[in-house]
Amino acid sequence: MTIPAYPTFPRGDSELGKPVGILTLKIDDRDVSARRGETILEVARENDIFIPTLCYLEGLSSLGACRLCLVEIKGVTKLLPACVTPVRQDMEVVTDSERLRRYRRMILELIFSERNHVCSVCVSNGHCELQTLAQKLGMTHVRFDYLYPRLAIDASHERFSIDHNRCVLCMRCVRVCDEIEGAHTWDIMHRGISARVITDLNQPWGESETCTGCSKCVQVCPTGALSEKGKSVAEMVKHKEFLPYLQIMRRNER
Amino acid sequence: MEALKETASKAQDETSKRADDPRWRRVNRVMRLHGYRPNALIETLHMVQDTFGFLEMEALKYVAKTLQVPLSRVYAVATFYHFFSLKPPGKHTCVVCMGTACYISGAAEIMHEMQEALHIEPGETTADGAISLVTARCLGSCGLAPAVVLDGEIKGKMTPAAVLETIERWQADASG
Repeated sequence: MTIPAYPTFPRGDSELGKPVGILTLKIDDRDVSARRGETILEVARENDIFIPTLCYLEGLSSLGACRLCLVEIKGVTKLLPACVTPVRQDMEVVTDSERLRRYRRMILELIFSERNHVCSVCVSNGHCELQTLAQKLGMTHVRFDYLYPRLAIDASHERFSIDHNRCVLCMRCVRVCDEIEGAHTWDIMHRGISARVITDLNQPWGESETCTGCSKCVQVCPTGALSEKGKSVAEMVKHKEFLPYLQIMRRNER
Repeated sequence: MEALKETASKAQDETSKRADDPRWRRVNRVMRLHGYRPNALIETLHMVQDTFGFLEMEALKYVAKTLQVPLSRVYAVATFYHFFSLKPPGKHTCVVCMGTACYISGAAEIMHEMQEALHIEPGETTADGAISLVTARCLGSCGLAPAVVLDGEIKGKMTPAAVLETIERWQADASG
């Protein structure tokens, strides 16, 4: 199939003759088509083009918080997060370059240096999205000083525990609890370096009035921050398959 | 359904109980003016802090319930903004500006001396509840650097000795 190139056409004209709402663009020099309103990340995933993500999770609203999905767009000097940037006609996206690799590695290093991510003693060792990303993006060392904060573990809940040492503040637990479960038990207190996820009025998880104990937050947590009790090192495997189904069900209700 | 009704009537009781207190009437008024919309949260917390001096846990629960905002969201907002305080303030308050201009003109030294004299960290209140030590990020009075706010009054070009003098007066007040 040959798709003609439209670089010299003004935007709008080049959409003539195509089905309504279908856009064509280039990702990594590949011609791809997309529906209007889709994000770069969605289109890339549909076409099996890899863009690293940490806070993004299909089925939840997008935040653009972790910045790992930054991509280069021709004609734009800034790097833009693919998960919240909608596609446009004739856009030329680069998802992998030396500059992007450098930035992504640095972001990972900063995340690692902020808390105590000690993989060898972590329940999620081997099943951790942060660990997998670090391996995949070739992060071999951390050039920044580790902060080694002394953070508490809250094991007051009957079935789950939270280890703030492993938390990357991706807000997946906050979003899944609010958007899918509808309880909004989680949120983030303070800001910057002192930000922490909290349940209700910063009370022990076990004493939370609003928590339904549904475990959605545990399943979507990318690291070992939220885990089931009774799991030892490397035993915590998360199951996120429920999310796309639940999202469809919630949408049909409306 | 019954349980829901019960919760609703309990909330009603709580509102009317608080209606007898003029301080709570001020808070209720703000919420009513905004039609009890969840986006009146910050406005309401301002009034609670203005009225009671700080945000008590019970007050946060009451505001959350009345405006139908999740508890964790109320706590998140109350801790995100430095203006809000969850602890009761001391009788006197000393705010040391740690903005860039004040910092380079010796605010850190003032802060250090204060910590020595009061035996508390920034953000804390002395055990007898007499003096609170607070930091601020730029008061917008950079021309007065280093600036310190003593009981709401901005004092410029401060030295550790000058601040300590006031602190000692406050301490004498408290013990005398």
